[in-house]
Amino acid sequence: MTRQTIIPFGPQHPVLPEPIQLKLVLEDKKVVGAIPSIGYIHRGLEKLAQQKDYIQSIFLIERICGICSFLHSMAYCQGIEEMMNVEVPPRANNLRIIWAEMHRIHSHLLWMGLLADSFGFESLFMEIWRCRETVLDIMEETAGGRVMLGVCTVGGVRRDIPPELIKKVLATCDELQAHFDHFIPSILNDYSVKQRTVGVGVLTKEVALERGVVGPVARASGVVMDHRVAKYGAYANFDVEPQIEQDGDCYARSKVRVRELYQSLDLVRQSVATLPEGEFNIPVKGNPDGEVISRVEQPRGEVLYYLRGNGSKFLDRMRVRTPTFANLPGLLAMIPGCELSDVPVIILSIDPCISCTER
Amino acid sequence: MPPAYCLMPIMFTFVRTLFRNLSRKPATRTYPFTQREPFANFRGHLTIDPAVCIYCGICAKRCPANALVVAKSPKSWTLDPYKCILCSYCVEACPKKCMTMRPEHQRKDA
Ligand code: SF4
Ligand code: SF4
Repeated sequence: MTRQTIIPFGPQHPVLPEPIQLKLVLEDKKVVGAIPSIGYIHRGLEKLAQQKDYIQSIFLIERICGICSFLHSMAYCQGIEEMMNVEVPPRANNLRIIWAEMHRIHSHLLWMGLLADSFGFESLFMEIWRCRETVLDIMEETAGGRVMLGVCTVGGVRRDIPPELIKKVLATCDELQAHFDHFIPSILNDYSVKQRTVGVGVLTKEVALERGVVGPVARASGVVMDHRVAKYGAYANFDVEPQIEQDGDCYARSKVRVRELYQSLDLVRQSVATLPEGEFNIPVKGNPDGEVISRVEQPRGEVLYYLRGNGSKFLDRMRVRTPTFANLPGLLAMIPGCELSDVPVIILSIDPCISCTER
Repeated sequence: MPPAYCLMPIMFTFVRTLFRNLSRKPATRTYPFTQREPFANFRGHLTIDPAVCIYCGICAKRCPANALVVAKSPKSWTLDPYKCILCSYCVEACPKKCMTMRPEHQRKDA
């Protein structure tokens, strides 16, 4: 029997944007197992949210994740609105979709840049992140923050997008599309990218279902799962086709995300085109009471919020199941059998967001 | 390795990209010497007009980050800029509308 060696990967590692440790069990250069250990950045946000009133919590919850922040606040607000029977004005719903899909675009671009960086394609990384600036700029202009938008609130949104900025949003969509058309072929057709991603970290459909993975990881393994088809919020007016791939390797996961970039652009455009006139915010009276589960499709998959109110302005309990938490068991199934040098690429291919996972 | 004629299109892309990059301005700015105009809606830093404030303390009660401390006597309104998360919730809550969110970052010399 070959001698087994255990080497620690992380918590500090050049490819890891956030700390997670995997103890890799090696036989020569082959990885035969991985033991995860998380808990480096636990911040106790769920407990803290119970000590803030339900409106203050929105700003806290937005900070659960530094990438898909708006979608966290959206999931939370949807839950509270359901508990309080608040009907959100249609304009607010559409505005939420605009910001949510812009968040998806910026998140996928961030991930794509990191992936390029993980296999040493520095210039592609810079090209992609330059493109990401365009999205961040338009978010800053419309919402007032680059990533922490702080615009979602119970009963609607806190800001409107005026017509002149709507025009700018559309212009940005066109600009982004031109950027995508420029660099996406070099990602998907590039010889070196394919060498590093095709057939690497395969997750079969059976294992994906068994381990309960979500989001692009599940879709790349052929599992038709996208919570946007459940038509929450303004998604009720649009048809979202889940982007499916069958191969389940890193390349398939990249393809799914690339196609979602175009899909998100489309959704922003549709949402702008059907933007109803009217108010974007309604005043909310009373306090949440009852129990609710709210789900939203984030860039990394489906996030689940469990909220329990007691009729006071403080929540009894708030619990978050983030998509990366669901994808980690899937990651552990992808790693055995790969080479040591493939581990960074595989880890990045699930687009890990450890801060969300540990909250 | 693909045969040489297959590389021709790649070469063309490469040359085109090269010339485009040579003729293009850099994507970055030499911050802090060149600064972009701030967007009008940006939440940059919080200021108060003490002449209008009635020291009611509503802003301090609403602040999710406990960044504000307001006292009635002696009259004081204190912001801890390191705690403030620039959410603008206090600005909306103030009955006198005496706070403003400025679009530029607070600078040392400002
Ligand atoms: S809410 Fe307005 S008026 Fe009241 S203390 Fe704060 S700044 Fe002053
Ligand atoms: S902007 Fe937000 S965090 Fe800052 S003082 Fe006002 S309420 Fe507090």
